[in-house]
Amino acid sequence: MTACEDRTLQLQALIDGELDAANSLATEAHIAGCPGCAEELARLEAMRASLRAPGLAYAAPSDLRERIDWALAAETAPARRASTRPSRTRPWLSALAGAAVAASLTLLIAAPQLATVRLEDQLVSSHVRSLLADHLTDVATSNEHVVKPWFNGKIDFAPPVVELADQGFPLAGGRLDYVGDAVTPAIVYHRRLHTINLFVRRAGAFSSLTGVMSRRDGYSLVRWTQGGLEFWAVSDISPADLESFRRAFVGSIAAPQR
Amino acid sequence: MAADRGLFRPQLVFSADAPASESARTAPVSPDQAARFRELMLPHLDAAYNLARYLARDPVAAEDIVQDAFLRAFRGFHTFAGGNAKAWLFAIVRNGFLDWRKTSPRNDLGEEFLEGASADHDHPEAILVREGEAKALRETLANLPEPFRETLVLRELEELSYKEISHLTGAPIGTVMSRLARARAMLGALMFSNQGRGLEAAP
Repeated sequence: MTACEDRTLQLQALIDGELDAANSLATEAHIAGCPGCAEELARLEAMRASLRAPGLAYAAPSDLRERIDWALAAETAPARRASTRPSRTRPWLSALAGAAVAASLTLLIAAPQLATVRLEDQLVSSHVRSLLADHLTDVATSNEHVVKPWFNGKIDFAPPVVELADQGFPLAGGRLDYVGDAVTPAIVYHRRLHTINLFVRRAGAFSSLTGVMSRRDGYSLVRWTQGGLEFWAVSDISPADLESFRRAFVGSIAAPQR
Repeated sequence: MAADRGLFRPQLVFSADAPASESARTAPVSPDQAARFRELMLPHLDAAYNLARYLARDPVAAEDIVQDAFLRAFRGFHTFAGGNAKAWLFAIVRNGFLDWRKTSPRNDLGEEFLEGASADHDHPEAILVREGEAKALRETLANLPEPFRETLVLRELEELSYKEISHLTGAPIGTVMSRLARARAMLGALMFSNQGRGLEAAP
């Protein structure tokens, strides 16, 4: 038994709720007297039930949700976290940004499981993004005297840039990134075929002085503070390699300059 | 009907009313606007991902498309004139998908459904027996040619009206209706070829 060919679209429109009252009635009256169309309608309804069953529509992965959350936060004026309305003047903005950083660093101490994990995820995805988007460096040069001035005027502190080629970590360049609501410089190094992103932020007043070493989705992270700055190195090299990078970097800042 | 088989190969076109892909990064969005954006758009994240996933048929690409779409939407939020937030977001997701597809030609695979469905791929029936019903149906749906797949997903999974689908896809309502009918016929042919083996849905 088959449906009337000229009724196909009408049956569809009926189950899709696209018919006005008069046409609905007319179509239903037809179906009542036409087993072929009744069967077709039942078939369409069964298909709808299958398509709307759980497991058909995909849900967004939770890390996508988080990434979007961070991306939006990075695009929002830094005062987002403050409860008061933001002032338009620059000193205020940076004070509030500072407060936000301090607040997040307070969290870092108070709830390391929460804040650190979030920050680490963010750093890792920033690292991954820098490799995927072919946007590893804004300034690509192995010359530390080019990279360092390039950051001038783009951020309000001077990240130390040192060449570590003689220790197996050639400098590749620098880049600006968004991490935790703030523009953050990333200094890029290579280790053989791998890439190390070194993120630098101003260490907040409440910043923890302890170092952190962790693994996350196959990436290694190491954190340390030095000279009022907080460093996060992220790479897919082994934790041991990354630790020797940290030592090389710390050593060459502490004892300038070859 | 049969005459248009070879020639009728509809292509998706970019959605109108979506912010341009290269909307310049302007001043940071104010906290008030950002809060409103989150309130209006974030509830549609799952729907946006679902659409991107069925269009791109690639989980990683779908995530990229959706993340990018949210950024575009955020930067172009001032162009949102009210109305259906989900449909507006979908327009951006669609355009992002079309941009992505332009850069990866291999993603036109699977468009040979009409000719090649029962050729040397796993036959849908085999998949049905092997896997759960929902998973089999997902794969069957993913194998429909693009415009039919898109229309069916928008209508059945996302419950957009004909008018909304028409506006979003740039196809006249008549075309939306015939695509939908054809999509259902194709899917039905695959689903119900397996009737009696447990696919029959209990309403």
